[in-house]
Amino acid sequence: MLIHAKHLREIQLGVKNLRQHKLRSALTMLGMVFGVGSVIAMLAVGEGASKEALEQIRRLGSNNIIISAQKPLEEQSQQTTRTFMSIYGLLYADELRIAESFPHVLRTVPVKIFRKAGRLGERSMDLRLLGTTPGWFELVKRPLVAGRALNPFDLQNSANTVVMTEHGARRLLAAENSIGQTLTLGGDAFEVVGIVRSDGGQGTGLQAPDQQIDAYIPINVAKARFGDITTQVSSGSRSRELVELHQIIAEVDAIDNVEATAAGIEVMLRRFHKKLDYSVAVPLALLRQAEATKRTFNIVLGSIAGISLLVGGIGIMNIMLASVTERTREIGIRRAIGAKRKQIITQFLIETMVLSTTGGLIGIAIGLLIPWLITLAAGMPTLVTPLSLILSLGISMAVGIIFGLYPAVRAASLDPIEALRHE
Amino acid sequence: MLSPAIQAEQEGMAEASFENMSRIYQMGGSEVRALDGVSISFARGSFWAILGASGSGKSTMLNLLGCLDRPTSGRYLLRGDDVSQLDDDRLSEIRLRSIGFIFQSFNLLPQSTVAENIALPLYYQGWEPVKSAERARELATRVGLQDRLAHRPSELSGGQQQRVAIARAMANDPAILLADEPTGNLDSATGLEIMQLLRELNSQGKTIIMVTHEADIAAFASHRLYMKDGRIERQEG
Ligand SMILES: Nc1ncnc2c1ncn2[C@@H]1O[C@H](COP(=O)(O)OP(=O)(O)OP(=O)(O)O)[C@@H](O)[C@H]1O
Ligand SMILES: [Mg+2]
Repeated sequence: MLIHAKHLREIQLGVKNLRQHKLRSALTMLGMVFGVGSVIAMLAVGEGASKEALEQIRRLGSNNIIISAQKPLEEQSQQTTRTFMSIYGLLYADELRIAESFPHVLRTVPVKIFRKAGRLGERSMDLRLLGTTPGWFELVKRPLVAGRALNPFDLQNSANTVVMTEHGARRLLAAENSIGQTLTLGGDAFEVVGIVRSDGGQGTGLQAPDQQIDAYIPINVAKARFGDITTQVSSGSRSRELVELHQIIAEVDAIDNVEATAAGIEVMLRRFHKKLDYSVAVPLALLRQAEATKRTFNIVLGSIAGISLLVGGIGIMNIMLASVTERTREIGIRRAIGAKRKQIITQFLIETMVLSTTGGLIGIAIGLLIPWLITLAAGMPTLVTPLSLILSLGISMAVGIIFGLYPAVRAASLDPIEALRHE
Repeated sequence: MLSPAIQAEQEGMAEASFENMSRIYQMGGSEVRALDGVSISFARGSFWAILGASGSGKSTMLNLLGCLDRPTSGRYLLRGDDVSQLDDDRLSEIRLRSIGFIFQSFNLLPQSTVAENIALPLYYQGWEPVKSAERARELATRVGLQDRLAHRPSELSGGQQQRVAIARAMANDPAILLADEPTGNLDSATGLEIMQLLRELNSQGKTIIMVTHEADIAAFASHRLYMKDGRIERQEG
């Protein structure tokens, strides 16, 4: 380290000199304080957001390809007449074709999303439901909270079974003891067999289809009982849609085959769909993209940090130069008494380092406080990495040396006779 | 000219001696001979007053004696060692160990206490804080300021401030005490008190060289040196 025990007296002297000008020292430190504080806070917010995003993408599975139904643009803008029904999205046949024509695809999972009125005991709600196969619970990892997930027998027997998400359970005031009870969905009775964890994430480019899903039922049951047509009532107008599947998730055998298979699926879909009513997404690609975004973000942050620390450093240098001028006579006295040039340099350098390091430490405290407040107030995830703390402390010390050196050398190079004559 | 034998004997006893010392300032095209080929020897334990008109080179001479400045030419022997061509670090070391300065305007550190001001040379000599505080108290007692240790210079009278400066100059137990118009900022009564203190230090063996304008102050010295245009005009005592 730069600071030895023998410099302790110099540090004491520096602290003493700085304390003699409390206000000025405090103002000088402000640049450092806010520089370091904002850098740590921004890094914490960025780190928290990107960690959350990466986590969410990873949870979708880097070996998976996600094919989603997409309402074509022209139909989105169309004024819906009473009789009009938009037909789009993925077909049951699409899933079969994907499963059969791509050797690298290990399995596929269909997803069908719709709303139905639900009732559990006394409580009635409009529920968002997801029809799928048992594979869903393995591909898109949803840990069990209670009971069991859907299993192949449910599918085989077209059983009226339902697995609730934590989200749905909360809305319906269900708990572990609700397992075995009857949940009425659109008039049909379903047996509650389990509860799984919800996907709590938000704000990524790619979202799991079960965001705010209340419950899962077997897809063949969904098709048989409720059909493929959904009616939506929004702001007085009714719109009807026919969508067979809202999503197909394809699991690929190896990461290296994911992107080529996704391209193949896209080509195949283009052949069978006249409209562009689907999209193909690869979490792996999104992962890479998110990582690239994070790198860019870090570079931008680094530049902002650099600029704010530069400004802080220049502020310190400015004050120290003024201080050297103001204390010319003091320097002359010390030199006349026998202080060497090196000792004058050390004295002034340590003063700037004490200033910048103290500023840096206060900045770190603020940088820890702000993300904590953000998480507390906005519920946004933040993450302060130890590296960012060490880095900012190191940088603030370095700023002290770099910007303190010139004023210190100026102080030491004064001619003692002239310095003594200075008013 | 003195015979070589006598010169050698004088050098042996000399605290400081100048041999043909010059300090020339280049001012644009012209040159200012602040000190112009001066040779003189200051014996150990002597008390000198340097007199002369303003600009005659008194301060220049004192600064050279105090190793604050380097001559343009000539030799300066301090206790027999030639110090005229030493580098800045060596000269600082000599000031720290062997020189005590007293200035007309006291030159105390305004933010430091009396004790801290007196102990300043000891700080640079690397003394333990406890020991140097002890020595500072001892020195303050010698100049009659033992009950002012925690005061700041601004809380003291001019005479008291000059006493602090003298105590500080004595802290490193120097070979020579150099004083540039030490009574210049004081009324005559206070000036006489300071002179009595200096005479006391001289009687204890300290070599003192002092610049002054006033005849009654110069009268305290055992030797007087009159300067004119950078040269020695005459010498008394
Ligand atoms: N840094 C300098 N640059 C140029 N000339 C200088 C410098 N310092 C001193 N001189 C000149 O050297 C000469 C001697 O100056 P010095 O300060 O020794 O005079 P002094 O006898 O102490 O005068 P005073 O009684 O006014 O203090 C003067 O002419 C002065 O102008
Ligand atoms: Mg002078």
